[in-house]
Amino acid sequence: MNDLYAWAAIALITMAATTGDVLLAYSMKRVGDVGEIWKTSGLFAVVARILSTPTFFLGVLAMAVAFYSLLFGLSWGNLSLVVPASASLTFVANAIAARIFLHERVGRRRWIAALLVAAGVALMAV
Amino acid sequence: MAAVQDCNRGPIGPDLTFRKYLVLAGITVFSTLGDSLLARGMKELGGVSLHDFSGLLFAIFNPWVCAGIVLLLAFFASYMSALSWADLTYVLPATSLSYVLVAVIARIRFHEQISFTRWLGIALIAAGVGFVAAGPAVSSTHHHSEHPHSDHPEALPQEAKP
Repeated sequence: MNDLYAWAAIALITMAATTGDVLLAYSMKRVGDVGEIWKTSGLFAVVARILSTPTFFLGVLAMAVAFYSLLFGLSWGNLSLVVPASASLTFVANAIAARIFLHERVGRRRWIAALLVAAGVALMAV
Repeated sequence: MAAVQDCNRGPIGPDLTFRKYLVLAGITVFSTLGDSLLARGMKELGGVSLHDFSGLLFAIFNPWVCAGIVLLLAFFASYMSALSWADLTYVLPATSLSYVLVAVIARIRFHEQISFTRWLGIALIAAGVGFVAAGPAVSSTHHHSEHPHSDHPEALPQEAKP
């Protein structure tokens, strides 16, 4: 039974973390190259620009959901299952979500990278 | 979306500037150190009950937790910066060496043995990082036309290389 809860938590963490990453990536792409804005208009402009992007806050909210699901997941499952399983699944889910929602061109190179890293993270837990 | 095609194989290639590689390295290091400092502090405090979050409020007075939070804020800032000029599918694998760093720290600091499967995991992660880092950092197609700075990336002043 605890196993089921742990995997439910893993699914929730993966979904929330992926949502957060995609929203944050989307927001920062809208903001534009932070280094360039800093150079031309200063740090204050960077902060103002980020804070005026509503999706940024949604992303932070999703990240907070992921963090708290991790806390709850850790109370039901093992650290050595929950952390690597959710991290590894998040890599793959992010590659899919980035392709669909951010229109990133996830070529063969990036798929291999995401899968290698996901497999590597899973192995680190063994 | 006509301008999109131009951006795709534009001057934004695999060659990131040195400063951008520093930001990627910062993400890796800050997240690892921040997490381990936080873990150390929380262990000192003992378990926090899930029913009583007030323990978490006092946690920030622990110096380890405090330092961990500062480092995680630095991580978040560099992560946001990286996402502003590189793809999510580039940044995530490129900074996944943090998992390796955790194992290395555990080996040095706590003299943990690293098993064969862990070495294999480290090798796979390193291979993944190499794969993505050799490719282009940006491919997405929905930006670069909204800001005057990004319209002509080739016209941007090059960052000074050290």
